[in-house]
Amino acid sequence: MYTQAMDIPDDSGKKIAAVSSAPSDQEAAFEARIDADGRIEPQDWMPDAYRKTLVRQISQHAHSEIVGMLPEGNWISRAPSLKRKAILIAKVQDEGGHGLYLYSAAETLGTSRDQMLDALHSGKAKYSSIFNYPTLNWADVGVIGWLVDGAAIMNQVPLCRCSYGPYARAMVRVCKEESFHQRQGYEALLVMMKGTDEQRAMVQDAVNRYWWKCLAMFGPPDADSPHSAQGMRWGIKRISNDDLRQKFIDATVPQAKVLGVTLPDPELKWNEARGHYDYGQIDWAEFWNTVEGNGPCNKERLATRVKAHNDGQWVRDAAQAYARKQKERALKEAA
Amino acid sequence: MSTPIDYLLHLADNAVVLGQRNAEWCGHGPILEEDMALANVSLDLIGQARLLYQRAAELMGGDATEDKLAYFRGPHEFRNYTLLELPHHGPLVGYAAADRDYATTIVRNFLYSALMVHVWDGLQQSADASLAAIAAKSLKETSYHLHHSRDWLVRMGDGTEESHARAQAAVNHLMPYTEEFWTTSPAEGAAVAAKIGIDVWALRPAWDALVNDALAEATLTRPNFHGYVTEGKIGLHSEHLSYLLGEMQGLARAHPGATW
Repeated sequence: MYTQAMDIPDDSGKKIAAVSSAPSDQEAAFEARIDADGRIEPQDWMPDAYRKTLVRQISQHAHSEIVGMLPEGNWISRAPSLKRKAILIAKVQDEGGHGLYLYSAAETLGTSRDQMLDALHSGKAKYSSIFNYPTLNWADVGVIGWLVDGAAIMNQVPLCRCSYGPYARAMVRVCKEESFHQRQGYEALLVMMKGTDEQRAMVQDAVNRYWWKCLAMFGPPDADSPHSAQGMRWGIKRISNDDLRQKFIDATVPQAKVLGVTLPDPELKWNEARGHYDYGQIDWAEFWNTVEGNGPCNKERLATRVKAHNDGQWVRDAAQAYARKQKERALKEAA
Repeated sequence: MSTPIDYLLHLADNAVVLGQRNAEWCGHGPILEEDMALANVSLDLIGQARLLYQRAAELMGGDATEDKLAYFRGPHEFRNYTLLELPHHGPLVGYAAADRDYATTIVRNFLYSALMVHVWDGLQQSADASLAAIAAKSLKETSYHLHHSRDWLVRMGDGTEESHARAQAAVNHLMPYTEEFWTTSPAEGAAVAAKIGIDVWALRPAWDALVNDALAEATLTRPNFHGYVTEGKIGLHSEHLSYLLGEMQGLARAHPGATW
C-alpha cells in the first residue's frame, strides 16, 4: 500500500561514498547500461552510492508495508460484515507479502533482513509517514484503499521500470495487487455512500482527514527534493514528485465526483490553460514534523513493531534451535 | 429444539470465533512469515464460516443472512467450543490483560485442526449436499492448518528450554477444553440421526493417535484430565466470548440495517 517519494533522507545509509573505488571500465559499463535503459542485476558491479540509495529506498518501502499493516489491521476485528472482514484480512496479508519480497529484493544488495529491521526498530530507517495517522472510523479502510493505495500506484508503476532488476520485478506484482486494493477500497466506499446518512458522514470524515496527507505522500516539491536528480539519472526514479502528485489529483477528482464526496480543498479547480487541476497549499511543516517522529501515531506504530519483534524472539529462537538439532541428528545418522 | 441448522451454526461459530482469534495476530506475529500464515488460517476459517452461515440462512429462510447470524446473535446463542474463544494466553479471567502467547495460539490451532481434519473428512458424506461440498473444501484448508500448527508444536516442544516450557504450559492449559469434543450435544445428536452430521465420539481414537504422536515428537507430556467439561457448544460459554463478540459485533450493531 505504500507510497511516498522514496527519497526521504534517513540515518540508515549515511556516509554514502561520493566516489567509487572501482576501475573506470566497470563504471563505464554501468553508466552505459543505465543510458541504454537496461537492467542492473545483483551480480553486476554498481557504484556504492547506487547500492546504498537502493537499499535505503527498498527498505523504506518494505518497512512501510509492514508498518502499514497496523492502521488497517486496527479494523479487522471490527469489520462490519464477514465479507469485508475477509477482504481486509486478505489485503493486510498482501501488504505483508509485499514487505517480504521487498526485503528479499533488498537482500540481493547485501543487506540482511535483520539489519534492515534493526534500522527500523532503532528509528534510523524511515517508513511512509501516511501510516503515522490514526484510522478512526471504518471508512478509513476504504479511503486508504482508494487514496493511499491509489497514490501508491502512481508512485510505483514507474518503479516497474526501475533500473535495478529485482526491485522492478517485485514492483510488477506489488502494483497488480495495489490496483486490486484500490478498486476494492473504492467499491466499499460506493456501497457506504449509497447507505445511511451516518455511513456517508463516515466516508466524508475519512476523506477530509486523508486527502492532504495523501498529497504530501508524493514527497516534497521538486525544488526541495534532495535525492531526486541522482535518482532520475540512475533510473531509480522516473517521474518527479510534483508530476506524480498532479497526475494523482487529475485522476482522483472525477472519482470523488462519482463517489459523491467533497475533496477538502477550496482552491481545487480545473485550469483549462494548464490542462490540469490547480490545488491549494500543502502543509509541509506538518508533513516534516510527522516524518521527524512527531505525528499522532509515530510512537505507537514503532513501539508496536518493536514489541512484536521482541515478543517473538523466543519463537524464532525455538525454530533455530530445532533446526540445529535436526541437522545434528541427520549428521549422526549419516555417520 | 434441535434441527440440523443448530449443527451448521455449531460448525460456523467454531470457524468464525477461531478466525477472529487468529486474526488478532495480524501485524503482531513473531516473524513476518507467521503473520501471513495466521492471516491465511484466519481467512480460511472466516471463509468456512461464511459458507456455513449462508447454508444455515438458506435453510432458515425469511430474512436470515450470514451477517445476521454472525453479528446479531448474543454469546448465549453461539454454539462454538469454549476452547476456541479463549484469549491467546494462560488461564485468566475475562477482563484480565496479558501479552499474547504464540504457544497458546499454536497448541489451540493444533488441537482443533487435529479434530477437524477428521470431522470434515467424514462430513464429505453428509446427507446435506451443500455441507458435503463445504466439508471437501474445508478439509484441504484444515490439512494445511494442521500441518502448520503441528510443525510449530514440534519446533517449540523440541526447541529451547523456554519454548518447551511455554508449549507444555499451553498444552496443560488447553487440553482439558478438548473434553468438550467428546460429549454429544442435542444438535450433534439430531444431525447424526439425520445423517447430516457425524458422530465425533467415533473420531476419538484417530484424534488421540494424532495428538499423542505429535506430543511425543515434540517431547511434550499429555496431562491427565480431571475436572470441568466445558459446554460452549450448548451455549454455556466462558467469560471470554462476550468480549470477543462485543468487539466483533459492535460496529455492525451500531448501524442495524446498514449494508457494507
